[in-house]
Amino acid sequence: MSTPRVRLPRSARAGDEIEVRTLIEHPMHTAVATPEPRDMLARFEARLNGEAVFAFDFANGSAANPTFIFHVRAVPPGDFVFTWTHEDGHSFTSEQSVRII
Amino acid sequence: MILDRRKMIAGAAGSAALVLLPIPAAATSLHPEVDAALRDILAGRTPREAGIDIDAPAVAENGAQVPVTIRVESPMSAEDHVTAIHIVATANPAPGIGSFHLTPHLARAEVFTRIRLAEEQAFLVLAELSDGRVLQAAARTAVTIGGCTT
Repeated sequence: MSTPRVRLPRSARAGDEIEVRTLIEHPMHTAVATPEPRDMLARFEARLNGEAVFAFDFANGSAANPTFIFHVRAVPPGDFVFTWTHEDGHSFTSEQSVRII
Repeated sequence: MILDRRKMIAGAAGSAALVLLPIPAAATSLHPEVDAALRDILAGRTPREAGIDIDAPAVAENGAQVPVTIRVESPMSAEDHVTAIHIVATANPAPGIGSFHLTPHLARAEVFTRIRLAEEQAFLVLAELSDGRVLQAAARTAVTIGGCTT
């Protein structure tokens, strides 16, 4: 699994809408059609200033290299944490901040 | 006994409602696994066909990467917001595609992701609202190359 990629604006006004785009390279291998062992992410979660704002529970029909676009209300201080958790329990995190003006 | 019978009648009515889901005519009956997935989400509630817009291609070149945008009419306020959006396949090896969890911190009940479709099929979107109601919609996408080979 490679480094997650997150696209956020550098700054936003408090209360305005922030578009969040996320992508992580991952095969999301279900083991339904081929013999290789299952290799799937279980959950993606986005937090802003410590509070959960958006999450996704993956299932077999989730595509490889999972990508999301969603829109969050800007609240200072604008600290985002994105976490992808594998079915085996290990996780990948990306932290980014938007300057709230 | 009478109560039990009422429960059974209510249960039967629930089953009938599921059969009436807006699946395009080609898919005349739901696979038992799909039916079970819907029951899990609905938990006895009857969905209303309203308030959901699904933006997905009519024909997808690659069933492994089908872009889908889902918009639900909602103010996304603390009192009135979408709490979850579920996508359920009707003709994949397994019905589950994934579930979004939304909060009033979102400016809009609009989400984008990419899904796998093994073959041409209808897929269902169910949105759970903060007041407990459930909305639903269906979309149909044909695929040139099926997407469940991984």
